[in-house]
Amino acid sequence: MHQVVVPVRPRRNTELLLLLLGLCIGVGANLLGAIGMDREITPEYWVQGAVLAIMALLFHLVLRLKARYADPYILPIVVTLNGLGIAMIHRIDIAEGDNAASRQLIWTVVAMGAAIALLWLLKDHRILRRWPYLFLAISGLLLLLPLVPGLGMEINGARIWINLGVGSFQPGEVAKVTLAVFFAGYLSANRDLILLAGKRIGPITFPRFRDMGPLVVAWLISMGVLVFQRDLGSAILFFGLFMAMIYLATSRTSWILLGLSLVAVGGVIAVNTISHVGLRVDAWLNAFDPEVYNRGAGSYQIVQGLFGLASGGLLGTGLGGGRPDIVAFANSDMIIASFGEELGFVGLAAIIMLFVLLVTRIMRAALGTRDTFGKLLAAGLAFTMALQCFVVIGGVTMVIPLTGLTTPFMAAGGSSLLANWLVVALVLMVSQSARRPVAVGPMVNASGAGSGHQDPATGPATPETPVTATPGGELA
Amino acid sequence: MNQAIRNTWVVIMAMFMVLIAAISIIQVVAADTLKNNDFNSRQLYQEFGSARGPILVDGAAIAESVESNDDFNYQRVYHDPLLYSGLTGFYSLTYGATGLEDKMNRYLAGTSDGQFVDRIVELFSGTPMEGAQVELTIDPQMQQVAYDALPEGVTASAVITDPKTGDILAMASKPSFDTNLLAVHSGAQASANMEELQSVPGLSPYVNRPTASLAAPGSTFKLIDTVAMLESGQYQPDSVLEVPDSITLPNSSTQLGNFGGGICGTFDQATLAEIFAQSCNTPFATAAMELGQDRIRTTAENFGFNESFDIPLTVSGSQFPEDMDDAELAQSALGQRNVKATALQMNMVAAAIANDGTLMKPQLIDSIRGSDLTLLEETQPEVFKRPTTPEVSEQMTQMMRGVVDGGTAYRAKSDTVDIAAKTGTAQISAETDDVHSWITGFAPADDPQVAVTLVYQNIDYDTGSALTSTKLKDIMEAVVTQ
Repeated sequence: MHQVVVPVRPRRNTELLLLLLGLCIGVGANLLGAIGMDREITPEYWVQGAVLAIMALLFHLVLRLKARYADPYILPIVVTLNGLGIAMIHRIDIAEGDNAASRQLIWTVVAMGAAIALLWLLKDHRILRRWPYLFLAISGLLLLLPLVPGLGMEINGARIWINLGVGSFQPGEVAKVTLAVFFAGYLSANRDLILLAGKRIGPITFPRFRDMGPLVVAWLISMGVLVFQRDLGSAILFFGLFMAMIYLATSRTSWILLGLSLVAVGGVIAVNTISHVGLRVDAWLNAFDPEVYNRGAGSYQIVQGLFGLASGGLLGTGLGGGRPDIVAFANSDMIIASFGEELGFVGLAAIIMLFVLLVTRIMRAALGTRDTFGKLLAAGLAFTMALQCFVVIGGVTMVIPLTGLTTPFMAAGGSSLLANWLVVALVLMVSQSARRPVAVGPMVNASGAGSGHQDPATGPATPETPVTATPGGELA
Repeated sequence: MNQAIRNTWVVIMAMFMVLIAAISIIQVVAADTLKNNDFNSRQLYQEFGSARGPILVDGAAIAESVESNDDFNYQRVYHDPLLYSGLTGFYSLTYGATGLEDKMNRYLAGTSDGQFVDRIVELFSGTPMEGAQVELTIDPQMQQVAYDALPEGVTASAVITDPKTGDILAMASKPSFDTNLLAVHSGAQASANMEELQSVPGLSPYVNRPTASLAAPGSTFKLIDTVAMLESGQYQPDSVLEVPDSITLPNSSTQLGNFGGGICGTFDQATLAEIFAQSCNTPFATAAMELGQDRIRTTAENFGFNESFDIPLTVSGSQFPEDMDDAELAQSALGQRNVKATALQMNMVAAAIANDGTLMKPQLIDSIRGSDLTLLEETQPEVFKRPTTPEVSEQMTQMMRGVVDGGTAYRAKSDTVDIAAKTGTAQISAETDDVHSWITGFAPADDPQVAVTLVYQNIDYDTGSALTSTKLKDIMEAVVTQ
């Protein structure tokens, strides 16, 4: 492991510049949609642009005050994605006579407000490490809420919503974040026990049950609840989070392979025994079969999405020039097809690249931070976000069967927006700790006592000349 | 642990690579296959969702696209559809496009070469372009008169043209239907309407009867025979011909007689002009066999038989077949047996005679203008064929006046308009007494303004022959300007 020592700059001005660029893209897309549809640019467009800009600049200001060394790329990327999402939702609103963009804007304010509050109040993500079981309890509670009679709502066959009176909310989205906090907290404290105290059977060393128990119980509860609620997409996400966390903490590939093979067995059983899972897979394998196409829960939606993507072609129809409204759930589950249609392959590839950059920056923060909890949390959340993109975009593009997941930051839906902005707040805190100059001396364990962190000594440095120690070096 | 993070990142990158590969396959490699998939109705949404140009008659739209509140943004609306259904055809999501909606689609949809610049402007300005407007040669008053000349419940066609230019001034048929019924966007509604329309006797929503329905022309075909006879030099209008009551067809025992045994039965012999006016069958059958089938067919082809063409509606080729024996020829010369013609074809015969032997190409389109009213195309009168000479035409005109003046079309005699015409009655088959009743002619005889053709199909003889002459007279008196 080599070591890079560079003078650290906060790079908040870089962030401001990129943020303005991102706002131009998001607000510009909104206006272009109106021009493309030959609609008058009503004050609504300027209100949406102004609200997004104010919230983004407020977030930027809070980072200047509270986390001036936080990664400068994450916020601009996320604001761009969020702005593009509002633009597309607004554009589809006009075609369908809906008002989803205003709701999305309100949720954006709520979500960014919550993220700002989290940053302001928490200051350091490591505080969360102290009560892993609290987050386990919150996760369980959130997952069980939709099953409470009178509170839970069933929409399109999945019982994953609760009625807040003013609107519906999907608590499972937030549970994804709290569960990640629990996994990161528990694993950072117990990884040594899990790794070292175990029994060897054949080529694989199995950990003691009492070390792994809480994890398995947490996972089983969440999976059970999700199967009960018929939410296949979230089940895949939770399993992915669980596997990624175990691997990140232990580096044991054999356990991952074992887990994946168990999933394969479980998947085959699910396809053959749970009717809605079987139908989804059938709609994926035989999408163009007329019978499957015309069936109630068949492939109509996905095939319409493919037609939308194909009609966009290489360069797209331009915002406002296509007919994304033909596809069902054009502004939520299928928003990727809407973008593909109007921005073309080039535009959709650019959006995917924004996700690549975002996930890469979060992973970079995970590499850079010195505490195991922060590493696990950031890398786990990054993987979950990437997996969510893969499941939803892969579903729309027929790489895998379509499941009801939302595209992070873009799809219409408040719960997803809130959860993902909370993730942004958490990873910004991790990146702050990764990039913040610290006085590193031989006597200081920057990760704090009891973290189990095993970083090697981080080289000569004196308190008078702050440097950043970046033990991770460059990404592979 | 950092190695695990890096490995995880590699897995993430692999997942995103798969996504990029997937969208490049869908959006680039397989895009055309997906666009042409049978389930893909986006092309229709695009076509039906744009402002299609109107079809105009005398500046007023008979077909236009109006904004609608459904998925398609625009709804095709037809005005006076009963009058114009055969010409406009329909523009249906369920049944496709027919008639001018089909033939002029490139202009109406704005995809013709002439609208190329507009499309470029659209590409950069984003302002959706509108299709071109197509103005027809139809005169709305004449169209109404022609339509009204056709009784309800009868399968019938009426065509009025300008012999000097070939402009089609009216082209109507019955039974007609409301094209709006098939333009509805709801597939279920459209197919229910289609089912209902197809149950109407004689109605075929896909066919423009005057240009597509082939029927035996009966004695109107004697116009062709007579032109051939006069051109041969062996006959003159005052040539005296034998008029036997019947002849035995060669190589058979079939008797061919004069129709109904009327006035022709009182002649033993008569001039060509007289037998033309009374439409005696036997002298024409004999003359056709003497002239030979090639001569008759050449004359028929000079007038447009055996040839399909576009006006731009496709006109079915009228038929005068080859390789007939003399018996077939004798019957065919009377417009029976193997001879079949469209109403427009028999109108062209009269129009060519009216225009001194020069047949102008029938035209339905007057002009095409872009949505900004710039002229894209304007139809110029065009000589289609020169079937005969001015001299023969003059002789024919005089003989056709004789048909009205005491001949078979005596009921068409008008006090105000000098009409020249030829009637025809075609027997359909041995099983029925019903006939096709024809009349084709022009007026005024000395300076023709219009050529008019009427055909009533599958009608009883008395009704048909009464209708043809009186309705021709009504039309001529209504449309010829003094």
